[in-house]
Amino acid sequence: MAQMTMIEALRDAMDVMLARDPKVVIFGEDVGYFGGVFRCTAGLQKKYGEERVFDTPINESAIVGMAIGMAAQGMRPCVEMQFADYVYPGYDQITQEASRLRHRSAGDFTCPLTIRLPAGGGIFGGQTHSQSPEALFTHVAGLKVVMPSTPYDAKGLLIAAIEDPDPVMFFEPKRLYNGPFYGDHSGKSQGWAGHPEAEVPEGYYTVPLGRAAIRRPGSQVTVLAYGTMVYIAEAAVAETGIDAEIIDLRTLLPLDLETVTASLRKTGRCVVVHEATRTSGFGAELIAELQEHCFWHLKSPMQRVTGWDTPYPHAAEWAYFPSPARVARALRKSLEE
Amino acid sequence: MTGKAKLSFPHPPARPDQVPDFSALAIPEAGALDVPPYEITAPESRPYANGLVRVLDDAGAAVGPWADYIADIPEEELLEGLRDMMRVRAIDKRLMTAQRQGKTSFYMQCTGEEAIGCGFQRALSQGDMNFPTYRQQSLLVAAGYPLEKLMGQIFSNDLDPAEGRQLPILHSARDYGYFTVSGNLGTQYIQAVGWAMANALSDNGQIAVGWIGDGATASNDFHSALLCASSYQPPVVLNIVNNQWAISTYTGVAAGRARTYAARARGYGVPALRVDGNDYLAVRAVARWAVTRAREGFGPTAIEWFTYRVAAHSSSDDPTAYRPKDEAERWPLGDPIARLKAHLIGRGAWSDERHAQAEAEIRDEVVSVQKRVEAHGTLLDPRPVPARTIFDGVYAEMPPHLARQAREAEV
Ligand SMILES: Cc1ncc(C[n+]2csc(CCOP(=O)(O)OP(=O)(O)O)c2C)c(N)n1
Repeated sequence: MAQMTMIEALRDAMDVMLARDPKVVIFGEDVGYFGGVFRCTAGLQKKYGEERVFDTPINESAIVGMAIGMAAQGMRPCVEMQFADYVYPGYDQITQEASRLRHRSAGDFTCPLTIRLPAGGGIFGGQTHSQSPEALFTHVAGLKVVMPSTPYDAKGLLIAAIEDPDPVMFFEPKRLYNGPFYGDHSGKSQGWAGHPEAEVPEGYYTVPLGRAAIRRPGSQVTVLAYGTMVYIAEAAVAETGIDAEIIDLRTLLPLDLETVTASLRKTGRCVVVHEATRTSGFGAELIAELQEHCFWHLKSPMQRVTGWDTPYPHAAEWAYFPSPARVARALRKSLEE
Repeated sequence: MTGKAKLSFPHPPARPDQVPDFSALAIPEAGALDVPPYEITAPESRPYANGLVRVLDDAGAAVGPWADYIADIPEEELLEGLRDMMRVRAIDKRLMTAQRQGKTSFYMQCTGEEAIGCGFQRALSQGDMNFPTYRQQSLLVAAGYPLEKLMGQIFSNDLDPAEGRQLPILHSARDYGYFTVSGNLGTQYIQAVGWAMANALSDNGQIAVGWIGDGATASNDFHSALLCASSYQPPVVLNIVNNQWAISTYTGVAAGRARTYAARARGYGVPALRVDGNDYLAVRAVARWAVTRAREGFGPTAIEWFTYRVAAHSSSDDPTAYRPKDEAERWPLGDPIARLKAHLIGRGAWSDERHAQAEAEIRDEVVSVQKRVEAHGTLLDPRPVPARTIFDGVYAEMPPHLARQAREAEV
């Protein structure tokens, strides 16, 4: 075991896979010599050479398109979009090509590709360094969509993603890169040191895709969250003293419906929390599924705490970012009705 | 104030009510360009990018250095090439008719462009991968792809290897070097570069070949592919099939004021040539040269194949609405089949009688395969693949939500 930040855990995952599988290649903007704007690939080019880890032109469509060609040929590319906010030029390649190669060719060609995307806000990133576009990908048949919230999961899920035979969108909550975030934005930031989930095994291990984790067992209400919102939910529970069951989805597609419905059947109440904007966000899908599967167990209307339906603001960041207070309010409301 | 800035809109030389006019095209003489060294650089390729590599002259004789470059190709192989092209045309004709009869929903012919795919495929080896558009069925035919599968795809019956999942003409045939065709223009061009990079990384001696139409050169992945090919120097050949039309849009709209598409590729630092796409020998020669160059590690080449889209864009298109009816007949580079036929007759290797006989044989062959394939189902006699199969292969393993939907669909 070693203490790692999420950045170190992600780097370690890529290091392990580069060493383990000669088919793994890593590329993207600034990921090579420099080691990435978030240092996630630092040292990898030096260790494995330019043929395994390299810099690309600033063209997301090119990055994904090249990776698809490589993946179809038999490589296992793991590429980086510098920010999830800049994935859109590659959207065509992801949604029309990577996601469909296996199906449209009846297995003649496949696409074992991982796309890493630093996502989410809480860092004064403004409109184009804070977005959470996961719902634009959970809507696409053929993709898997993952978002870890701890260093342990980040490494295990990334290794599982790289080994997965299908394309995986791997969202990294950059607010969690250097430490958990409980919503206190007064300036004191907390590191990963000492956090139990920052104990990361050396070498190879995986965290299976498609399985949620119960972060806090509870009996009164189910909180469904992922990424930074897992910690915001923890803060809200601490504030209210409500015995909530906090589930970290970890994989959004395919969704671990079993774990989620089991919890809801137990509590009968549900609060969904995500940073992404509300309308047609992933929360809508969660609530729709739960309504279908758990309707007769529901004791109160399911709640959503999300980003507002606005572009991500700069100055008004903390009015936008779902706060522990907002989650607390939803928890109380859920119990009242 | 009257400003001086005015927009200018590109127009084709003639519209439906006008006389076809190709007088603005400068068609250089056959044999005028030599064979450059494999290590040619993009700046050095200027005369090739602005000129036109041609081998067959007006009398049908093979002339010049490019003719010498492929002088070792046996006559029998050229006769095979002629048959390949005739087969493609016969298939197109039959399947287009089948579409008109309502047996399939859609079809796209490649009439007039047969030489490009048929000639190019002959330069490739097992393991090389084409990234075709919907108009390179000629590659499949020249690769010996079973016609049962090719036609099964068109009728979406159980002979279709992709189980009816794609629109007719979007084939996938890995073993025949034919990457799964997508409806999204341009995407495959950069994928070809990625595949070629993987070839180089795994040192397997194989190459990749990108294909794009003149209209689709405007897509961002055209830029992506040329740039990345230039940056990383993988073993890839990037083909541009300039057939003058993108549905109803004249090629000048995609080209802008640039002189040629090949010249555009040169701007990225990729050596480029422009070639008479209706000259089977020129195709054979330049394909061999570019493929060898890629395989020997000299890096990417871009090739603009200069040709004309004789048929309608697709079975849903009527070209008489936007161009003169007889424009194809006035196309100065003629018809690829007629030109190779004339060449082989000139060499004493072929005759009008043998040609007529071959035409009949090929038609019979195509018709008999078509009958067998249609017996497996057409739109008029639908025998669809089981609906349940649409849930297969979305992922390697079916996830629970799809398993639930598959059960729901069965009720
Ligand atoms: C991204 C995208 N935009 C639009 C279309 C619709 N479309 C299909 S074919 C075509 C014209 C393509 O012309 P060109 O590249 O010159 O190829 P050609 O059909 O002449 O072989 C268009 C616009 C598409 N398939 N994909």
